[in-house]
Amino acid sequence: MGADILNSDPKLERIAKGNALALCATGTWTASFAPVLERMVADAEKLAGTPQSIFIDVSEVAKLDTFGAWLIERLRRSLTKGPVEAQIAGLSANYSSLVDEVRRVRATAVVDSSPITITGMLEQIGRAVAGVGGTIAGLVDMLGAVLAAWFRVLIHPRSFRLTSTVHHMEQVCWRAVPIIVLITFLIGCIIAQQGIFHFRRFGADIFVVDMLGVLVLREIGVLLVAIMVAGRSGSAYTAELGSMKMREEIDALRTMGFDPIEVLVLPRMMALVLALPILAFLGAMAALYGGGLVAWLYGGVEPEAFLLRLRDAISIDHFIVGIVKAPVMAAVIGIVACVEGLAVQGSAESLGQHTTASVVKGIFFVIVMDGVFAIFFASIGM
Amino acid sequence: MAGEAQRETSDPIIRVRDITVQFGATRVLDGLNLDVKRGEILGFVGPSGAGKSVLTRTIIGLVPKIAGSIEVFGVDLDASNTSQRRNVERRWGVLFQQGALFSSLTVRQNIQFPMREYLRVSQRLMDEITMAKLTMVGLKPEVAERFPSELSGGMIKRVALARALSLDPDLVFLDEPTSGLDPIGAGDFDDLVRTLQRTLGLTVFMVTHDLDSLYTACDRIAVLGNGKIIAAGSIADMQASQHPWLRQYFHGKRARAVMT
Repeated sequence: MGADILNSDPKLERIAKGNALALCATGTWTASFAPVLERMVADAEKLAGTPQSIFIDVSEVAKLDTFGAWLIERLRRSLTKGPVEAQIAGLSANYSSLVDEVRRVRATAVVDSSPITITGMLEQIGRAVAGVGGTIAGLVDMLGAVLAAWFRVLIHPRSFRLTSTVHHMEQVCWRAVPIIVLITFLIGCIIAQQGIFHFRRFGADIFVVDMLGVLVLREIGVLLVAIMVAGRSGSAYTAELGSMKMREEIDALRTMGFDPIEVLVLPRMMALVLALPILAFLGAMAALYGGGLVAWLYGGVEPEAFLLRLRDAISIDHFIVGIVKAPVMAAVIGIVACVEGLAVQGSAESLGQHTTASVVKGIFFVIVMDGVFAIFFASIGM
Repeated sequence: MAGEAQRETSDPIIRVRDITVQFGATRVLDGLNLDVKRGEILGFVGPSGAGKSVLTRTIIGLVPKIAGSIEVFGVDLDASNTSQRRNVERRWGVLFQQGALFSSLTVRQNIQFPMREYLRVSQRLMDEITMAKLTMVGLKPEVAERFPSELSGGMIKRVALARALSLDPDLVFLDEPTSGLDPIGAGDFDDLVRTLQRTLGLTVFMVTHDLDSLYTACDRIAVLGNGKIIAAGSIADMQASQHPWLRQYFHGKRARAVMT
């Protein structure tokens, strides 16, 4: 290109005549030479001394862009001290408007983000603790809003969004079946294998069936499925609602007179509350099947013996204890996910943070709920 | 054809030849030719869905084409190697329709992002240049520490323009720069583009729907229809054209309101 011929190293020559100082800029004053230019300008500022008049001659500058123009302007400003005003001379018509433009710039010191201090760290800890209270308040708020929407729907059943609920059921339940069944099956296998391996030492092979039955039906089945659903569907809910929030879709709903809780949150919650017991049941069956398979192939427990023992070992109570927890855990996951989704601010980073928070908090609350249930069922003797 | 008349230009900054772009079975651009001359502001118009944005995105390299060649700054983008391509990309700036600012960076970081990547300059100079760019696009320095979500629509366009200009490009693509702005804001933006074109010696490729922009900002206008350039020339040529869409566009009710 024609411009390449003009690409010559920039220079800034000093010519001092008595009390006058002339600085002659030559060559290409563009962004690609910015480091060199900056050094030259800094040197010129240092060596300037206190002349009576200063001229910056730019007539020999071959090419000028914003970077070069600004550096000349910076030089002019720093050389202008007291009554002595530095002048820019020899400006060609092409570049004068650029230099004029740059002259309008107010050089404001950019405030750097404050360095990490002890008080800053303490402040962050304080804010985090206060944030916990905010989180709980937000969850209770959402629970109330969802229940209120639910009662409204009970009074006016026609306003219930069945299509949306069915769609979310498909996403959350039907499409989750293969992975949930596969993982719980494998976990069942592992529990049985470990049980047989350790029980065999004191000849108690058959008790692996008791352990498997109780563990899977009461705890592992529902807990594992809830954690997977929190990771799989909780994150999806947060991301969906969050990106809708970012694009003002939720505001749009509100202005059309729709309640976002009723339109968006309630169908998702309903789908989750229905889906989790189904998935927990399927997961428990898959885990028992996997455990039974391992007990047969690895432990030599015949299927008939396994089933007989299982019938003795577990009662319907174990199953009920497990399955009763599922809808409650689903509600917790759904509420956490929706609260986080609606808390997303304008940036992509915020969406990522809230999706992470949704999964982490969802799993945390699921485990807390599980502990609460364990105490409750122990107290009532189930 | 008007396309032939452009051939005489000796040094086009963009040279598009026989571009064909197809999405599935729909052919969006069909053997399109276009030259953009150095230092001009080319306004690019056409009915909605005619493929104006598609052409812009094809030139930038975001949409694959099935035939044709594109030369920018004399470099054939298909035949170029990575370093040549990077060199070309460093010399153009793009203003996307929605601004496409990085939402997790502040305005200052957004403008400095290309500088950090392509130039080795001190933080002080980058900060000062950022302020210069913000002043040029008519924003106050206080905006620098805000996040894109805290800006109004017009401010987002201005910041996006400042980012497109951050490396002092020779060529900028503006995709509907005035859409979503109020008429006064849009008028200001047109003046801004004009001023910047004069001060920085820019070549501007502007996709627009705004008749005011065509009248006040553009040196030349190209019209897209049926996957081809159906006309190119000055605003007077456009008004003289007998093409039905052009007649409707430049002699409709809105056009008359602009001209008076």
